[in-house]
Amino acid sequence: MSSESLVKPDLKVKTAHRRRRMPPEVNIFLVLIGIALVYELLGWIFVGQSFLLNQQRLTIMILQVSVIGIIAVGVTQVIITGGIDLSSGSVVGMTAMLSASFAQSSTWPRALYPSLTDLPFFIPIGVGILAGLLAGYINGQLIAKTKIPPFIATLGMMVTARGISKWYTKGQPVSGLTEQFTFVGTSIWPVVVFLLVAVIFHVALRYTRYGKFTYAIGANVQAARVSGIDVERHIVKVYAIAGMLAGLAGVVTAARAQTAQAGMGVMYELDAIAAAVIGGTSLAGGAGRITGTVIGTIILGVMTSGFTFLRVDAYYQEIVKGMIIVAAVVADVYRQKKRAQR
Amino acid sequence: MAVSPATMAAIRKSGAIPNAEFLLMAEGIRKEFPGVVALDDVSFRLKRGSVHALMGENGAGKSTLMKILAGIYKPDQGRVQLKGVDIRLDSPLDALENGIAMIHQELNLMAYMTVAENIWIRREPLNRFGLIDHGEMSRRTEELFQRLNIAIDPETPVKELSVANRQMVEIAKAVSYESDVLIMDEPTSALTEREVSHLFQIIRSLRDQGIGIVYITHKMNELFEIADEFSVFRDGKYIGTRSSKDVTRDDIIRMMVGREITQMFPKEDVPLGEIVLSVKGLTLGSIFRDVSFEVRAGEILGVAGLVGSGRSNVAETLFGVTPATSGTISIDGKEVVIDNPTTAIRHRMAFLTEDRKDTGCLLILDVLENMQIAVLQDKFVSNGFVHETDVAAACEDMCRKLRVKTPSLQEKIENLSGGNQQKVLIGRWLLTNPRILILDEPTRGIDVGAKAEIHRLVTEMAKQGVAVIMISSEMPEILGMSDRIMVMHEGRVTGFLTREEATQVKVMELASH
Repeated sequence: MSSESLVKPDLKVKTAHRRRRMPPEVNIFLVLIGIALVYELLGWIFVGQSFLLNQQRLTIMILQVSVIGIIAVGVTQVIITGGIDLSSGSVVGMTAMLSASFAQSSTWPRALYPSLTDLPFFIPIGVGILAGLLAGYINGQLIAKTKIPPFIATLGMMVTARGISKWYTKGQPVSGLTEQFTFVGTSIWPVVVFLLVAVIFHVALRYTRYGKFTYAIGANVQAARVSGIDVERHIVKVYAIAGMLAGLAGVVTAARAQTAQAGMGVMYELDAIAAAVIGGTSLAGGAGRITGTVIGTIILGVMTSGFTFLRVDAYYQEIVKGMIIVAAVVADVYRQKKRAQR
Repeated sequence: MAVSPATMAAIRKSGAIPNAEFLLMAEGIRKEFPGVVALDDVSFRLKRGSVHALMGENGAGKSTLMKILAGIYKPDQGRVQLKGVDIRLDSPLDALENGIAMIHQELNLMAYMTVAENIWIRREPLNRFGLIDHGEMSRRTEELFQRLNIAIDPETPVKELSVANRQMVEIAKAVSYESDVLIMDEPTSALTEREVSHLFQIIRSLRDQGIGIVYITHKMNELFEIADEFSVFRDGKYIGTRSSKDVTRDDIIRMMVGREITQMFPKEDVPLGEIVLSVKGLTLGSIFRDVSFEVRAGEILGVAGLVGSGRSNVAETLFGVTPATSGTISIDGKEVVIDNPTTAIRHRMAFLTEDRKDTGCLLILDVLENMQIAVLQDKFVSNGFVHETDVAAACEDMCRKLRVKTPSLQEKIENLSGGNQQKVLIGRWLLTNPRILILDEPTRGIDVGAKAEIHRLVTEMAKQGVAVIMISSEMPEILGMSDRIMVMHEGRVTGFLTREEATQVKVMELASH
C-alpha cells in the first residue's frame, strides 16, 4: 500500500517522541536496598556485626534462592499470559528424582538401575529437563484444549507429580550421584544457571515475537486471537517452558543436595509466584518483567537470610513472608485501581 | 457552604426545596488528571422538564463533567447546585440519593442476577422474616415497566438480555430511584433504529413528567429529534448553550470542531476491479444461513441490518473466528478454508471488530504494542527476534498518516480517546497491507472529526484496490460510504441495493422484512 497520499502536509501532527520512562523495577529495587539496610542496622544493634559485609552469607543467600529464581522465571511468563502454575514445586521434586536415578555412580551399592550407572552428565540432566517439559506441556494442553482454568489444571499436576515422585522409589531417596552430575550444584553454578535463564527469558520476553505475543494474550485474549495469534499453541508453549524450567530447577536441586528425595521442592511454587508478584508481575496478566522477578527472588532470599542472621524463629519467618506476599498483591491491586481512575 | 449529601437527602425528603428554575447547575468546574486539564472553568445548567444534549468530540470533557455531576469524580474547583442549593457529592450513591442517576456507556448490571434483582439491589423488599420478598420485587418491577412501556420479564437473568434491553433495565433502575436528573452517556450507540425510537418515547415521557435529562451524544440527528437544548464542549472548555430549534447542523459542527467540515462522506467513485472475495451459501448453525455475496477490488460493500440480524457473525465467520458449518469462501476465484484468524490474515484479510474494548484493544499495553501485534505474524521478525527499530518506525509512520493523537508510541492505549484508539486499531490492520478489509461498526462511539477521518481513510483504501466490507448501524454512514449495500434480517440476506437506488426507507424495509 502506498498510503503516502493519506498525508496532508498542512497538518501539524502531534506524535511520537520517544519518551524514556523510569523502568518499573526501580521502585522494587529500592525496596530491596531498604530491606537490606534495615537488616544492616539491626545487625549492628542486636548481633554486633554487619549483614551485608559478609560475602559468605550473601553467597549462601543467593544460592538458596537460585532454584526458586529458575522456577520464578517460568512462572512469571505464565502469569503474564493471565494464568498461574501451581505445579512447579512438585515438578521440581519429580524431576529431581528422575534425573538423580540416571545419575547414580557404579560404586553406589543400591543404584536404582544398576545397568545404567556412570552415565555421562547430559543424560540425567536431559531426563530432568524433558520430564519437566512434558509436565508443562500437559498443563498447557489441558488448559488450551479443555479450557479448564489454569488453577485447576496445574493443581492436578501438582498433586500428580508429587505422587509420581513418591511412587518412583516408594519413598526411598536416590543417592550416590556421580560427580560430573553434582557439579551443577556445586560452588556458585546454581546462581550462574539462574542468571543465565533470567537473561535468556528477559531477552525472549522483550525482544522476540514470543514475548510480544505473551503480553498480548495476557492483556486481552480475544483481541490477541482476532489479531491472528494462535492463542492455544502459544499457551502450550508458555506452560511447557515453565515446566522445562521447573525440570531444570529439579536437576539443580538434586545436584546441590547430592541426593534426591520425593519431598523436594514442596511449596516452591508459592515462593516462585511470590517472587514474580513482588517483582511487579500482575496477576491480572499482561504486565511483568523478568528483571522484576529476579529482584523479587533476591528480596525473598534477603528476608530469609536476614531473619536467620537476626536469629528470628523460623515460624515467625513464615508468618512475615505470608504478609509480604499479601502486601505485594495489595500493591498490585492498588496500581491497577489508580490506573482505572484515569 | 455546601450542604452534606445526607442533609440534602433529608431536606429533599421533607419536600422543603423550592422549585428552582434549574434542576442542576454547575459553575466554574475545573478538573485535572495527571498531565491533562479535562475541564477548565466549565458551566452547565439543566432546566426542569427538558432534554439537554451534550456535544463535543471525544476528549472534549463531556463525560468527565457528567461523572462529576454523578459523584464519580470530585471537581478540583467550582460548585454544583441542585435545585438552587449547593451540594457536595462524595460518591455515586450520594448522587443517586439526591436524585441524580447516571446511565453509563458501559452498562453496569450484574449479568448473573435477574432483572428485578438488578433494579432493586440494596433496596430489596423484605418479608416479615427479614428475607427478600421476590414476589413483591417482581410485582414492583412489572409496575415500573408498565409505566415505562417496557416489555421484559423481571425474572430473566440480565446476561440473556440484548444490549438494548439492558439499556432499558438501566433506565428503569434510574427511574425507580425517583430521580430528578437522568444522565445518559451515548445511550443509542449500540441500539438499532427501532430500539432508538422506543428509547426516545421513554425519554419524552420522562421529560413530560418534569425530569431533567442530560444526553451525551455524537449523533447530530438525535440532537434535533430529542433535545430541547444543547451545550457544546471542546478540549475541556465550555463553548456555549443553544436551543436546538435555532441552529443548523453546520452551526453545531462548527461549534464542536472550531473548523468547517466540508464533506461528511468523502466517498469517491473508484473503478471496480476483479472479484476478490466470493462467498456462497455460507451458514453458521442456526445463527445465519445461506449468505452469498461478492466483493470486488475497490468496492465498499455496506452491510446493514438490525442488531441481531447476524451481520457481525458473518464477519466473524469470514475471518475464521467462528468457522462456518457449511458454504464456501473463495479468494481470487480459488476456494479457501478459513478456520482461524491466522489463516485469514495469511489470505491478507483484516478485521476491525465491533467491540473496541473487548476484542480490539490490549488496554494495558502501549500504542506500539497494540499496533504491531498483527503485523508481527509475518513481518519485522527474523529468527523470532523482532526488528524493534523498524517496526517502531512503521508504527510511527502509521500514527502520523492516521493522525493519531498520542504523546508517544509508549503511551498506554487506555489513555487515548475512543477515536484515537480506533485509529490505532485500524493502523494495526493497515500495517498488514490487507486486500480484504472487514470493518464492523468502524465509527461507533467516536467523535465527528475522527469519524470523517476514518471515512476518508476507508475511501483511500478502496481507491488503492482493497475490497472493503463495512458493517454499520448508522444509516447515513451506510448510505454515504457504500458502493453496494447488503441487507440482512434474522440471519438471512434479504437484498442488495446499489448506491444509486439505496434510500433509508428501502434499507429499513429490507432490514425489517
